[in-house]
Amino acid sequence: MGRIEATLAHLGSLDELARRDSSATRLDPRVKLVATLAFVAVVASFGRLELARLAPLALYPLALAALGDVPWRPLLLRLALAAPFALGVAAFEPFLDRAPAVTLGTLAISGGLVAFATILAKFALTLGAGLLLVATTGFDEVCVALRRLALPRAVVAQLMLTYRYLFVLAEEAARLVRARALRAPEGRRLSLSGAGTLLGQLLLRALARAERIHVAMRCRGFDGRLPVRRAWRLGPGDAAFAAATLLLLLAARAADLPALVGGAITGALR
Amino acid sequence: MHMSDALVSPAVGGVMWAATSGLTALAARRLERADDDRRVPLMGVLGAFVFAAQMVNFAIPGTGSSGHLGGGLLLAILLGPGAAFLAMASVLAVQALFFADGGLLALGCNVFNLGFFTCFVAYPLLYRPLAGARPGPGRLVLASTVAAAAGLLLGALGVVLETSLSGISTLSPGTFAALMLPVHLVIGLVEGLVTAAVVLAVRRARPEVLAPASAPARNLRPLVLGLAAAAALLGTAGAWFASTRPDGLEWSVARASGGQPAAAPESRLHALLARVQRATALLPDYGFPGRAAAPAPAWPAPSAGASLSGLVGGLVVLSCSTAAGLGLRALRRRRASR
Repeated sequence: MGRIEATLAHLGSLDELARRDSSATRLDPRVKLVATLAFVAVVASFGRLELARLAPLALYPLALAALGDVPWRPLLLRLALAAPFALGVAAFEPFLDRAPAVTLGTLAISGGLVAFATILAKFALTLGAGLLLVATTGFDEVCVALRRLALPRAVVAQLMLTYRYLFVLAEEAARLVRARALRAPEGRRLSLSGAGTLLGQLLLRALARAERIHVAMRCRGFDGRLPVRRAWRLGPGDAAFAAATLLLLLAARAADLPALVGGAITGALR
Repeated sequence: MHMSDALVSPAVGGVMWAATSGLTALAARRLERADDDRRVPLMGVLGAFVFAAQMVNFAIPGTGSSGHLGGGLLLAILLGPGAAFLAMASVLAVQALFFADGGLLALGCNVFNLGFFTCFVAYPLLYRPLAGARPGPGRLVLASTVAAAAGLLLGALGVVLETSLSGISTLSPGTFAALMLPVHLVIGLVEGLVTAAVVLAVRRARPEVLAPASAPARNLRPLVLGLAAAAALLGTAGAWFASTRPDGLEWSVARASGGQPAAAPESRLHALLARVQRATALLPDYGFPGRAAAPAPAWPAPSAGASLSGLVGGLVVLSCSTAAGLGLRALRRRRASR
């Protein structure tokens, strides 16, 4: 399987998870969307040395993954694939900030190391929450939720159609790349001008396809808006999920839970 | 050059979300008013095209590495700036959600850096005047390399500015810019060459496809509004943070005098801002970059007792969260198997 096909399988599998029936997939998409955004904002709100205060927030992705029975492997794989950029910037921290920020007995840990760990923890938490949103909701439902939350029609249509035709066009690209690779002498790499021709061909096919899709949509009565079928009603489960998320976020933001717990434990030991 | 959530503070992320949402709403309203239903599938398919094109790697001449098309300028040439901005925004949103490229909080920054500068600055101000109505191959290559390089350099500057205003990385803005700009100049030149090659290839095969866009996009309102909004909002955010930490001058004065900073003139505005900030606890206290002279605010005095309890508490809370999550999962499994 080529690189592009592998990426596509990878892309589709996350959305596939949302088709299953579970407590998390049954939650209202609007609630999950707003909860995810609030969670990301709260995680980002902690400063560069506040590593310990992020600990209680790990409950949100863990609980959502449990409710949705989402397998760990695909999530961890995606985090690992996206890690290089966060690592690239975080990697400077230990060298730039050598002032000790934490001491454990005689061991002093520099602020840079703490900041490094904080950046990685934030990265895992925020991206994990985004991936879980898709894995428990599905992209089309996220789009419908966005429309219900008053996003402009043109934006939502754009998101839905981009996602829908992404698979078709990426397969088209994979076919072009494979055909070229089979004819390329000694597996020579695609040159810059070759890329122009290949992508131009892909673009022509895309434009022809857009024309056919438009005709087909008109045949089915398309008038410029994508209809939304499902009526949603907020149920008791949604209220419970929203309340629990709100409580967790407020508690993590308002109180330094790890310091309280740790203080109690070290105090009792003394 | 996707920025990730971990490097953006909520203030900067929120500000850029606001600027991007404003531009998106403006572009969407204009498209809806034009009411051209052919546009809907065309934009969707071209968004998907950019996504697919980004998967095709080619060799960058003169180096051993390979690159791929970014696509912002090509979309602007094919669709016009407003529709191209929306298409870029949706491509970046799909990437954020599925590939964890960037992130949700940083999405506003990413759309602004990669969409706004190319579609609303480089395309109308550089590409169109340079290319003219029906450019020959030479002019097309010139116009697209200049426009693509300028768009990417501005985007890279945006990344540097947003990262340093967020205050999460200690990397100084100057060093960061020195790392980012040369790389993005090269990427921009390659992007321009490939964009021109694609346009030329399409024009050779089907000249009618690239007929000059029906409505000349001479409207600079989005550009002016976008720049003004971003500048005003970033300025506000900057002032906001400046009020909580010594500014560069105070800091260097403190360093030079080797002691406590001179008592800062506590204006009424400062006091008010500080009070507002204490009330809205979502805004964190950031460390001052290179904060040798400034007191570390977040994890304060490095006293053994405090840090030990912080570590113990963090580990205990983390294991409680994990246990709760795993327990919930086991409970659900058992109920499902029953």
